[in-house]
Amino acid sequence: MEGHNTTAELLRRQITATEEELKRLKAQLAFLESEKAKSSRAGPEQDGPVTQRRWPLSEEEYKRYGRQMIVPNVGIQGQLRLKAASILIVGAGGLGCPASVYLAGAGVGIIGIVDGDVVETSNLHRQILHNTSKVGMKKVDSAISNLKALNPNIKYNAHTEHLTPQNVAEIVSQYDLVLDCTDHPTSRYLISDTCVLLQKPLVSASALRTDGQLIVLNTPPLPPGNENGGPCYRCVFPKPPPAESVVSCGDGGILGPVVGVMGVLQALEAVNACSATAELTLEKLAAMDYAFFCGVAAPVKVLASEERIEAREYEELRKQRGKEHLLLDVREKVQFDICSIEGSINVPFSTLQGNRGDVEIEHPSWLPETLPSEAPIYVVCRLGNDSQVITRKLKESGIDKKGTRYIGDIKGGFKAWKEQVDSSWPEY
Amino acid sequence: MESGNTIPIIVEFSGGLEMLFSDERKHKLSVPAKDDQGNAVNIGWLVQHLCQEVMKDSRKEMFVLDGHVRPGILVLINDADWELEGEASYALQPDDNILFVSTLHGG
Repeated sequence: MEGHNTTAELLRRQITATEEELKRLKAQLAFLESEKAKSSRAGPEQDGPVTQRRWPLSEEEYKRYGRQMIVPNVGIQGQLRLKAASILIVGAGGLGCPASVYLAGAGVGIIGIVDGDVVETSNLHRQILHNTSKVGMKKVDSAISNLKALNPNIKYNAHTEHLTPQNVAEIVSQYDLVLDCTDHPTSRYLISDTCVLLQKPLVSASALRTDGQLIVLNTPPLPPGNENGGPCYRCVFPKPPPAESVVSCGDGGILGPVVGVMGVLQALEAVNACSATAELTLEKLAAMDYAFFCGVAAPVKVLASEERIEAREYEELRKQRGKEHLLLDVREKVQFDICSIEGSINVPFSTLQGNRGDVEIEHPSWLPETLPSEAPIYVVCRLGNDSQVITRKLKESGIDKKGTRYIGDIKGGFKAWKEQVDSSWPEY
Repeated sequence: MESGNTIPIIVEFSGGLEMLFSDERKHKLSVPAKDDQGNAVNIGWLVQHLCQEVMKDSRKEMFVLDGHVRPGILVLINDADWELEGEASYALQPDDNILFVSTLHGG
């Protein structure tokens, strides 16, 4: 690039980049408008009884974050914490790009990015938010335009300058947590010292060639001198290394996937710190049962058609007051907490599944004593698979009083409920 | 005194330090149990030994500065920070794993 970057060339590139940004914004607007039109068409007059409810997230957010919300370590509470969180990413390079992509994807409420550099061609093999047409553009602007396309729900703050001892406090104080994605000891000490003084947790990473290092600092972030607080960068490295021993990526080289994985780990630690309803660590991640999490692939066909009712039939039945019954919701608790039907009882599939089917328990502890012995039981789950398995199980255990009590499931589960009865039901 | 006795240890380098040691990350060494004065060998002795006998690179100051392991290098003795083990005065035991990690700064 040396010598060729005339002002005209820079301007040309900026124009190309701005035009692309405009195209993307127009597409976003068109998408939003079509979504709005769709939702106003699907009004109550068409769908029958729609109960007006206030959900803490928008319909789009339930869809967007559903796959992480049903991870027990996150849940609806974790998602709301992420939405309320604000994270500062210092450096929009090899670490900051992947870290910010995952944090934007996860739904962090406010993301700030600090960087004074412009995009260079030599950045592109690892700095995944920038592209060829953005060469010459401010890294922060390039990064944020892509992040907006990924997730427009988030508030992005652009800080298009380098951190200095003069501006650092004003910037860092606006955020809950800081990611150090910089590339020099000077900025690392500056950020760490600031985080100690302002009591912000700090996730710091670095990479060179094929090595990467990750360290979570100042956690918990207690006032300076409090021995219960976590160590800071200066605690671990009291003396800075001699300047000639500091090797930059430009000098030492760096593999894209190496620095990429370090940035991704920073995002994981940040999500962990913000959403933490429980500890999510790499050890726990490795121990997670992915087969269980991914669920059953083949559709379940356990029940005969007379053992199942449609969601709209169930809604009719609810409207006939006095028709006493029990609605048994067998989704896991983390899902039940996201949304549930009034009056339903939650007994997760995993706990029921643990009971031996051949053992006859006519009155399990979850069955209300006040429920008449002939009142029907309807079983519901997310998609209508687990509910079939549980219905069969309940019948085999004798809760159906030898057929005098009706036990059946809602066909298609809450997916059908949303389609047939309540269009406002969050699809997570 | 059995001055002929040796101790087998493993010394590892990472974060770029391996470049000072023939680009080998892992070195299996056999070190004498006692130094010239008859004292048990410790990490301080090992660092000098690495500098004089094992390092082929001439940039000794990238590893040792003013007689100490230079700032920015973490020393782990069997995966524990050497500050917990008495630093340079820690006496080497058979099959110890000593890891020198240079802090990285790139991003």
